[in-house]
Amino acid sequence: MLSKSKIFFKGIVAVLPHMLSVIPFGIITGAIGVELGFNPILVYATSLIIFGGASQIIFMQLLSGGASSLVAITSVGVINSRHLLYGAVLSEYLEKLSFIKKLFISYFIVDQGFAESNKYLRQNKNLSNPHYYVLGTGVTLWFCWQLSTISGIILGSFIPEELGLKFAIPLTFLAIIVNDLRKLDHVFVMLVSGFASLILFDAPFKSYIILSPIVALIAAFIMLRLKK
Amino acid sequence: MTWLSIIISGIVTYFSRMAMVALIDREMLGTKVKEVLNYVPAAVFPAIIFPGVFFNDFGLLVEITDPKIYGAIVALVVGFYSKSVIATIVSGLLSYWFIIFFLLR
Repeated sequence: MLSKSKIFFKGIVAVLPHMLSVIPFGIITGAIGVELGFNPILVYATSLIIFGGASQIIFMQLLSGGASSLVAITSVGVINSRHLLYGAVLSEYLEKLSFIKKLFISYFIVDQGFAESNKYLRQNKNLSNPHYYVLGTGVTLWFCWQLSTISGIILGSFIPEELGLKFAIPLTFLAIIVNDLRKLDHVFVMLVSGFASLILFDAPFKSYIILSPIVALIAAFIMLRLKK
Repeated sequence: MTWLSIIISGIVTYFSRMAMVALIDREMLGTKVKEVLNYVPAAVFPAIIFPGVFFNDFGLLVEITDPKIYGAIVALVVGFYSKSVIATIVSGLLSYWFIIFFLLR
């Protein structure tokens, strides 16, 4: 049986490759905030309090562009609502925890951490302390995110823009799902989501981020019914 | 005012992380819902990948010759066979850089 610290460590190792995109993205986020004219402490506060890359950038861009607080907050809420789906999946592995521990661990639910935890825990259903894996991925991503936004705030965007490192973001997520391309039903759901996102891209409040998954999950539901 | 917006955004975001974990009992989800939840990664991540590859910074569709498309194809093939996260990201970035720094100059 694996000890708690071993499971935690496995979680850390699983998300390390994603740092290739998380760290540059964090630096860019910090640098953009300062460039937009926000107080550095305020920029950092978004990393600590909101803790969600894309939503932080949109939030600061909207406010600096003169949008109302309501619009900025709504956009953050819409973009981050995808965590509801992550929580619904991960709750299978977290349901035995006390309420306080659930409240604590929830703060660390992030895209890449969710994806790696889901992948590993699904294949190791009998693991005794699965939440340590979730925590290992989440805490690692949290530290790297905090440190990289701070360095972006202090040093500015020292990553040359010509490198086009923004492209690392779709690549990280591609790396997450590429293995599921072996399963046709998953490929179908991916294509529905992908094309939906292209069509819905201009929907208000960046809502394509949650609308496309909803469309894709409805398609999955219909597919499952037809298969039976 | 900005501080208040950050705090409210933080609460909203935290709620989205916490609600399904701490407030919802798993018994409440039917077997059908649980089955559909298997597809969450397949449903969420393409909605981040597709716009990142097929749209430019101004939200316009890129041309079929865009380096990002070829970088993504290389990453896809390498990832599919290697099953390695790091190989997927690195191969995608390297092929993308090869195109923009060598082929397009």
